[in-house]
Amino acid sequence: MEDIKKLEEFQAKIDADLKIEPKDWMPEEYRTHLQRQISQHAHSEVIGMQPEGNWISRAPSLRSKVVLLAKIQDEAGHGQYLYSAAETLGKSRDEYLEELHSGKAKYSSIFNYPTLTWADIGAVGWLVDGAAIVNQVSLQRTSYGPYSRAMVRICKEESFHQRQGYEIMATCALGTPEQKKMAQDALNRFWWPSLMMFGPHDSESAHTANAMKWRIKRETNDELRDKFIQKTVQQAEVIGLTVPDPDLKWNEADGRYEYGEINWDEFWNVVKGNGPCNKQRMRHHIKAHEDGTWVREAAIAYAEKQKSKQLVA
Amino acid sequence: MSNTDHQGDVWEVFIQSKPGLPHKHAGSVHATDKEMALQNARDMYTRRQEGTCIWVVPLQAIVSSMPEDSESFFEPSDDKIYRHPTHYIMPEGAKNI
Ligand SMILES: [Fe+2]
Ligand SMILES: [Fe+2]
Repeated sequence: MEDIKKLEEFQAKIDADLKIEPKDWMPEEYRTHLQRQISQHAHSEVIGMQPEGNWISRAPSLRSKVVLLAKIQDEAGHGQYLYSAAETLGKSRDEYLEELHSGKAKYSSIFNYPTLTWADIGAVGWLVDGAAIVNQVSLQRTSYGPYSRAMVRICKEESFHQRQGYEIMATCALGTPEQKKMAQDALNRFWWPSLMMFGPHDSESAHTANAMKWRIKRETNDELRDKFIQKTVQQAEVIGLTVPDPDLKWNEADGRYEYGEINWDEFWNVVKGNGPCNKQRMRHHIKAHEDGTWVREAAIAYAEKQKSKQLVA
Repeated sequence: MSNTDHQGDVWEVFIQSKPGLPHKHAGSVHATDKEMALQNARDMYTRRQEGTCIWVVPLQAIVSSMPEDSESFFEPSDDKIYRHPTHYIMPEGAKNI
C-alpha cells in the first residue's frame, strides 16, 4: 500500500532528525497530535496573561510595573507565534479559539490558580516560567519545523521571565519577616502545581509513546520534571525558602535530590475544570473575544473599502 | 492555512536584522490591511531590536514549490559538478586563483 511506504519514509526522515514541514506528507495522527499540542500550548500562553495581569495596576514600583507589562506582552507574542505554527496544520485560528471556548481544547492547569499576593507574581515567573522553559528548551528539537522555530524564538525571550520572577522572590524572601512569610506562602501554593505542569507520569500518559516515536517530544514528562526539580531546589535554598515537600532530601551518593509524590487527584480535578479559577479564566477570555468583535468587523470593513477604492482609481 | 476566519488574512514576515544583510523569514501575523500587517509584525517580531527593516507579504501571494516536485526541481544539478570551482585543475605553482 502507498500509505505504508509513505509512513516508512516519514519515519525514516524523523529518525534521521530531519524536520517535517507543513506541505510534507504526514500521518493523520501526527497532524492531529500536533494540532492538539500546539494549540494547547498557544492557549496556555494567552490564558497565562490573566493571573499576571491581575497585578499590573498594583505593582509595587514603576520598575516592577514596566517589567511585568513587558513580560505579559511577550506572553501575548508567544501565543501568536504558536497559533501561527498551529495554523500551518490546516485549521484556522477561529477554529482553535472555538475549541478553547467550547472546552474541547485545554490549556495548562497552572493558570487556574489565583495570584493572591505580589510574591505570587514572583513565584509565577520563577516556577511557572521556569518549568515552561525546561519544557520549551527540549521542544526546540521537536520534529515539526514551524513548532521548532517558534520554540527557538520563545526560548530567547523567556530567559528574562524566570529571572525577573526569582528577583521578586529573592527581594521578598530577604526582606521583612512579613515579606519572607509572603514569599514562603507563594512557594507553598505554587510548588506542586508547577510540578504538575509536566503532565502525568509517563506510565499514565496516553500520548507519550507516539510523541516520542515521532520526536514531537524529545524527553518524557518525568525526565523534564526531574530536570526542573534538580535545578530549582538549590535556588530556593539560596534565598532561604523551604520547598514544601517533606520527602525532599539530598542524596549524596547520587548527587541529586529525591522527592515525594504529586497529589494526582488534585491534578485531575483541576484538569476536569474544578480548579479555583477555571470558570473565571474562560469567562474572561470569551468576554474579551466578544468585546473585540466590533474591532474585527471594523477592520474588515475598512479593508474592503480600501480595496474598492483601489478598483475605482 | 485557512483564511476563512474573522482574524484577517495571514501575512508572512521577513526581517532584515542589520543593514546589508538579507531579509529572513521570521514568522507570520494576521491583519486585514498592509499597514496593520506592518504594525503587527513590528509589535510581534522586533520587540528587542531584532531588525532594521520589515517586509510583510500576503501568504496568498507566495508561490511555493511542493515537496513532491523536489526531485525534478533540485536534483538535476547534482551531476553538473562543472558549476563548482573545485572541478577545474590548476597548473602546479599558480597562485591567487
Ligand atoms: Fe511564554
Ligand atoms: Fe514566559
